[in-house]
Amino acid sequence: MGESISEATISRIIKTSGSVVRRDEEIIELETDKVNQVLYAPQAGQLSFSVKIGDTVKIGQLIGTIDTDVPAPTGPVAPLAAAAPAPALAAPPKPALTATTGPSARKMAPDVIAEIKAPKAAAPAMQMQPAPSGNRKRMSSLRRTIAQKLVEVKNTTAMLTTFNEVDMTRVMEIRAKEQADFQARYGVKLGFMSFFIKAAAAALKAFPDVHSYIEGDDMVAFPNYDIGVAVSTEKGLMVPVVRKCDTASFGEIEKQIFEYAKKAREGTIVIDDLRGGCFTITNGGTFGSLLSTPILNPPQSAILGMHAILKRPIALNDQVVIRPMMYLALSYDHRIIDGKEAVQFLVHMKENLEDPNKLLLDL
Amino acid sequence: MNTFDVVVIGSGPGGYVAAIRAAQLGLTVACIDKVKELGGTCLNIGCIPSKTLLHASELYWKMVHEAEAYGLKSGECSYSFKEMMKRKQKVVTSFNEGIAALFKKNKITFFPGSAKLISPTVVQVAGEQIGAKNIILATGSEPSSLPFLPFDEKKIVSSTGALSLTKVPERLLVIGAGVIGVELGSVYSRLGSKVEFVEFLDRICPTLDEAVSKELQKILTKQGMAFRLSSKVTGADITSNEVILRVGTEQLRGDVVLIAVGRKPYTQNLGLEAVGIVPTAKGTIPIDNRFRTSIPTIYAIGDIIDGPMLAHKASEEGVAVAEIIAGQNPVVNYLAIPNVIYTYPEVAAVGLTEAEAASLGITVKTGMFPFKINSRAKCTGEEEGFVKIVSDSASDVILGIHIIGAHASELIAEGALAIQNGLTTLQLAHTPHAHPTLSEALKEAALGVHHRAIHR
Repeated sequence: MGESISEATISRIIKTSGSVVRRDEEIIELETDKVNQVLYAPQAGQLSFSVKIGDTVKIGQLIGTIDTDVPAPTGPVAPLAAAAPAPALAAPPKPALTATTGPSARKMAPDVIAEIKAPKAAAPAMQMQPAPSGNRKRMSSLRRTIAQKLVEVKNTTAMLTTFNEVDMTRVMEIRAKEQADFQARYGVKLGFMSFFIKAAAAALKAFPDVHSYIEGDDMVAFPNYDIGVAVSTEKGLMVPVVRKCDTASFGEIEKQIFEYAKKAREGTIVIDDLRGGCFTITNGGTFGSLLSTPILNPPQSAILGMHAILKRPIALNDQVVIRPMMYLALSYDHRIIDGKEAVQFLVHMKENLEDPNKLLLDL
Repeated sequence: MNTFDVVVIGSGPGGYVAAIRAAQLGLTVACIDKVKELGGTCLNIGCIPSKTLLHASELYWKMVHEAEAYGLKSGECSYSFKEMMKRKQKVVTSFNEGIAALFKKNKITFFPGSAKLISPTVVQVAGEQIGAKNIILATGSEPSSLPFLPFDEKKIVSSTGALSLTKVPERLLVIGAGVIGVELGSVYSRLGSKVEFVEFLDRICPTLDEAVSKELQKILTKQGMAFRLSSKVTGADITSNEVILRVGTEQLRGDVVLIAVGRKPYTQNLGLEAVGIVPTAKGTIPIDNRFRTSIPTIYAIGDIIDGPMLAHKASEEGVAVAEIIAGQNPVVNYLAIPNVIYTYPEVAAVGLTEAEAASLGITVKTGMFPFKINSRAKCTGEEEGFVKIVSDSASDVILGIHIIGAHASELIAEGALAIQNGLTTLQLAHTPHAHPTLSEALKEAALGVHHRAIHR
């Protein structure tokens, strides 16, 4: 799912036109392709909306006013614009004056006839009356956007996936041993995710290509180490972004994750929570997946798939032993990341997770 | 020297629209026109003034001939030709100013004066040279004349003169029963002139579907106009108080003769030879399938290229060329360009006629629905005419829609939408249409293709 949000649908009107509201009171809810966001009254006064449920509004568009001098009808009126950071509308880029060659711009009667007579011409008539089928319902705005974005990623990147596996023994030992102290100190549980986030941040530092994105003909390094963590919510998949993963401690990271989980349950994740990630981690293991190939989250160039931890027999020092194992998958954009980098990135993560001392020492 | 990304020559519906679209795309644009009133033939001496006079004369005609049938009485009805002309001018001027405002808003520089090509990238106007990375020729057309009957715009008039007469002639002879002839003939017939047409071909408005053309002739004849078909004017005598046309062995006498035998591309003094562009024998400018002339930096649109001489056709081409210059790949679908005749009732068509489809080797189906049994037409008493749909029998795709009837000009938009998008007659027929409306006749005609019309 892309980073830009330019329009939203009015999903709920909490306070109807004519209501007198207090400042910061919830008044209306917008649904964007990523998230639902409640808008709060910027001033106290009498509300008047110029939109209705289901309307699509542009970011920055006036959706109503608040008469701040109720009941006096002549009072100053505070404008109420569709909130969320407004992406600056840049002037349209000046097109190159090339032009002269290209497909025909003149479709004459014989061209139209040829199109009609081409084999595919029968299709529209057939599409009109599909065979009887089961229930049909319109996809939600979120679903449609997800569908469109996913196909766009598949069509515009050279995406492939490399795999590895990680022995979770040491991570599990640390969690068991330090859990009580950690909770006492930070008030949140020490989960697996903080280890993966720290290991990912370390690997991103070691492999700058993975920490870059394509813009036109340029490769641009991300300015931060903010990592998105995919979470499944009632409304669909969301990817809130954990901030400063390179410098944040395990405790700070777990606290951020805890906050996001709570917001996700309550449906209060806001657009800012979803912006600016340089890398994404998705955990299919939550639902029992053993192996999967995640799809990139543009403009990011790589995404890590975590999976279920399963006790499996493995060969260790020429002995068959049983260890808690997890498969890892890294999908990456082959346009800017070579196979070698991708494989080594994942090996780097594996080594740090199998021996977390390396994380401590930044090895 | 001032240099622009695009210099458009001509400010008619092709040129001014091209200029605005180019400006929208971020290009720097200049537009040149030989007159300072923007809008070209269409706005100043064509579509717009004729439609204002057609409407005024139609209202008058209805008051005189139809009001009583509706139970209306308003005493004796009369008109002031002078006031009609004044209103016409007011409408035209407001549009002139409108385009000027659009130019200003889009930061388009306007140069009044005759443009002359100096080189593939330089245009001269009013002694000044302007640099142009791209040039769009949109100079339009002018009325064709007859060699033995040059225009004086008083007794021997083109459409331009016919729109500026100072009084309504008692007898108007119209040479050419095409779109312009029947529209302006209608204006003066309604205002009291005795109007007679001389048409070389065997039917009026020959580009129309034959059924429509015949119906129109029948209706106009009923309104008092006379048609001489398959007839040729071989000579003329102009005396101090009348014009005598020789048609075969007969002589036709009129106070004013309107020559409406067509229009020809207007490219005189444009400097085509200086850059090496050679017009065809018909005077059109040859272009490739992306509107480019033989000179890579020079494009041509509208009446000076092939195709019907229609304002909206030129506008579509203007938009396309601006987008091509900006690196895009637009497509103009010529089959979807509608064609309207503003007689009463109106005539409108889009796509292929039955005969044209046959000549392209297509097996067609047709559906027809008369307005006589359309509910809205019955209510308003405007029952003349019908809708005819031509479709490809194999795929059911709509190939042509032909309408004669009140408000056909507005109804045809649905047809253009259908053809532009390759819709089938069933798709049109299954689209809900409001009741009671004239547009239901389109739905019924589409159903008629499948012998399923509800009200017939």
